Amino acid sequence: MSPRIKVLRKVSNPPVIKGFKPYGQESGKKNSEIVNLLYEEYEAIRLSDYDMLNHHQASVMMGVSRPTFTRIYASALHKTAKAFVEGKQISIEGGKVYFDSEWYHCEKCVCYFNNPEKEKPVENCPLCNSERVDKFDYENTVESNTDTKHK
Amino acid sequence: MKVAITSTGNSLESTIDPRFGQCAYFFIYDIQNKAMEFIPNPNIDADQGAGPATVQFFASRNINKIISGEFGMKIKSLLDCLRIQMIVLKNPEKKIKEIIDMLNH
Ligand SMILES: [Zn+2]
Repeated sequence: MSPRIKVLRKVSNPPVIKGFKPYGQESGKKNSEIVNLLYEEYEAIRLSDYDMLNHHQASVMMGVSRPTFTRIYASALHKTAKAFVEGKQISIEGGKVYFDSEWYHCEKCVCYFNNPEKEKPVENCPLCNSERVDKFDYENTVESNTDTKHK
Repeated sequence: MKVAITSTGNSLESTIDPRFGQCAYFFIYDIQNKAMEFIPNPNIDADQGAGPATVQFFASRNINKIISGEFGMKIKSLLDCLRIQMIVLKNPEKKIKEIIDMLNH
């Protein structure tokens, strides 16, 4: 029996910043403790309060159960509130997450492929090596007839 | 660099199998040393869980890329976690040997 693959929480994109610093007279004076917001907690706030999804939709987006989502979200709000009230820095890092990969299309061999290594830009088709590759919105086209809507 | 292709049969004349979890054979190709291997899909009769079991199998074989006709949402997230590249080829006529030629450009 092979070990089970652990499913991580899906985060669409890393946040654009690494964190927040408070300002004002008392900021960071009393102690320099930093509140660490995990990536999945950042994502929970983004989905719920920026994209305005309900908890069910947000849990599906992150690939977790609804109670798990609610727990992540509650922790995210508690940490953010603590930073606000106590004037602490927030750093956004860590957590059990993976980032959803981007998809591309090759005009020459007409294949679709994702880029599992976000750091490296895609220049060639992994199949035929052609340079005629474009970004492609996989989820909203090719996938429309498969199991996107269950749960 | 090891590539897995879902195949309808166990010869180079076989065509790509569009089904990921329920494909007949796995074809594994090592681009560096040109080693080839056909493996009957052990999970073919599983009603459920064939897809994740196939992902596990490929992960245990250190596969870097997988070529198939489709990847469901669940499979995509598993492969994203494992950083295995997915290549979707929507052409059921393509033979395994033709795909090898493409990979060798
Ligand atoms: Zn191509």
